[in-house]
Amino acid sequence: MRGKVNSMSIRTPEGVTFSLLLAGPSTRFLAWLVDAACVNVALSVAATFLNLTSIISIQIGQAFYILGVFVLPIAYSIMLEWLWRGQTLGKRVLRLRVVDVQGLKLQFSQVAIRNLLRAIDNLPVGYMVGGISCLASRHCQRLGDLAANTIVVRYPRTKRPDLEKLLPEKYNSLLDHPNLVNALRRKITLLEASIALRAVMRRDEFEPEARVRLFGELARYFASLVRFPPETVAGLTDERYVTNVVQVLFSAGKRGKRDVRA
Amino acid sequence: MILDLEKFVAEEKAFWAELEGMLDRIEDDPGLRLTLKETRRLYYLYQRATAGLSKIEGLPSERETRRYLENLVARAFGEIHENRSKAHRFLPWAWFSRSFPRAFRRYKKQFALAVLATILGVAFGVGAMMIDADSKKILVPFSHLLGEPSERVAEEEQRVEKDELKGAKATFSSHLMTHNTKIAVFCMAMGLTFGIGTLILLFFNGAILGAVALDYIRAGETAFLFGWLMPHGVIEIPAIIISGQVGLILAGVLLGKSGGRTLSERFRSISSDAVTLIFGTAVLLGWAGIVEAFISQYHQPVLPYSLKISFGAAELAALFFLLFRSGLKTGGGKG
Repeated sequence: MRGKVNSMSIRTPEGVTFSLLLAGPSTRFLAWLVDAACVNVALSVAATFLNLTSIISIQIGQAFYILGVFVLPIAYSIMLEWLWRGQTLGKRVLRLRVVDVQGLKLQFSQVAIRNLLRAIDNLPVGYMVGGISCLASRHCQRLGDLAANTIVVRYPRTKRPDLEKLLPEKYNSLLDHPNLVNALRRKITLLEASIALRAVMRRDEFEPEARVRLFGELARYFASLVRFPPETVAGLTDERYVTNVVQVLFSAGKRGKRDVRA
Repeated sequence: MILDLEKFVAEEKAFWAELEGMLDRIEDDPGLRLTLKETRRLYYLYQRATAGLSKIEGLPSERETRRYLENLVARAFGEIHENRSKAHRFLPWAWFSRSFPRAFRRYKKQFALAVLATILGVAFGVGAMMIDADSKKILVPFSHLLGEPSERVAEEEQRVEKDELKGAKATFSSHLMTHNTKIAVFCMAMGLTFGIGTLILLFFNGAILGAVALDYIRAGETAFLFGWLMPHGVIEIPAIIISGQVGLILAGVLLGKSGGRTLSERFRSISSDAVTLIFGTAVLLGWAGIVEAFISQYHQPVLPYSLKISFGAAELAALFFLLFRSGLKTGGGKG
């Protein structure tokens, strides 16, 4: 059996690959709890309203309540997932969405099948079959998802990184030597630049010793590519030196174009 | 490859925001139809975002921007590359009188197998009752059917003045509808056990029917039996069999020959018909629930058996016409 994955990659006809982050069973269960609470609230409201209709006829109120208890949980999931493109209230709160397994738009039949087949996923109690299927399937699909060709994805809030915040516009002594900076840009590959940027972005996550060692190695490597005058780099720590290198590579400041050559 | 990241983000930001805005608008209003100009613009923005994504793909450190772009591209991809038929305006009568029977006829083999499982169940019920009359206690799970048929018939026929369902017919009817629909959905869902669960349910349903029928026929209460069962049974029993048909369609997808198609493609090919059939079944069971509460529970002399049997026969003819003849003119079933 192929191993479990936590994302699913889809290749577009344009040749670009994007990945969808798969939702795990625990997140899905939490979303289901929120939905169950919403359905219960809706049923309580309906019961209160139907009690009022008992003034006219008790049996009509009771009949609608019996139908409501059966129809509401199914209709809630089907209608919301259909109208909100794969989301119920619980999925919205947990930032989950049901999507077609090929990344296409959800069809009504897919929404209906995945929700009707809850009957088997819910066996014997508490979505045990669905949970086991989720854990066993490669893309965390319950049986309803497998039959409907759907997956549940999570989409965490995304924001573009603020390079200026990351690399504050402090005085950068390397920029006093535009020729050497250009030489550095020519010699550093995209991968090397990426590694340096990632190291700077994640510097607070490292153990102190590892941090010193990593920036030391990077600084030595960059220094070996282009040698700046000793007075320019005097007093700079390895970390500051690498940060300055990253800044001249990635930040388009006032001092001209800064590129990275792959 | 030359990349000036900050310049690139600054240049593209406006296009990404525009694409995000368009996608928000489309997602917020499912009925929205874009104009040709808007569609072209959407496609242009999508292409621009995919180009951007491909540009930063080799830059592992740019996780945030990549995730943001992936999200945008994923949303736009679904909108742009979806080429399956779009849902038309839903017309309930056209759906019930044409789409439902056509879907039914496309899977006649599965229906025949579901009928066979039920018939075998009936035969088993009849056989078990013939061998041992006490097997009724095991086969029939309804307490009101465990007594002597003649006693029940006498009791029901004497209940002329007292209507036990008075004031509770609607409640009883809703209870029947929901109960039967639950069984139908379950029968369909059990198709995912490679059809074994579906076949067992159909067989057991048939066994109950066979045991009860033989019990009443042996007691000489054939007219009562038909008068009681036919008004709702001629719709309810086929509806349960159709739900079994859906279960067997699902099982067929799991077991069937691939023909070069993946499991996912096979499921995709039947999903629309499966949903049509199960919702059609729910409609039939709704009708059967109403008939059972309002007609089936009333016996001679309130409602003569001949009238009830005729009503049942008329319903059966209508159901036969619906399933086998309706919607044939404009391209019927494939067989």
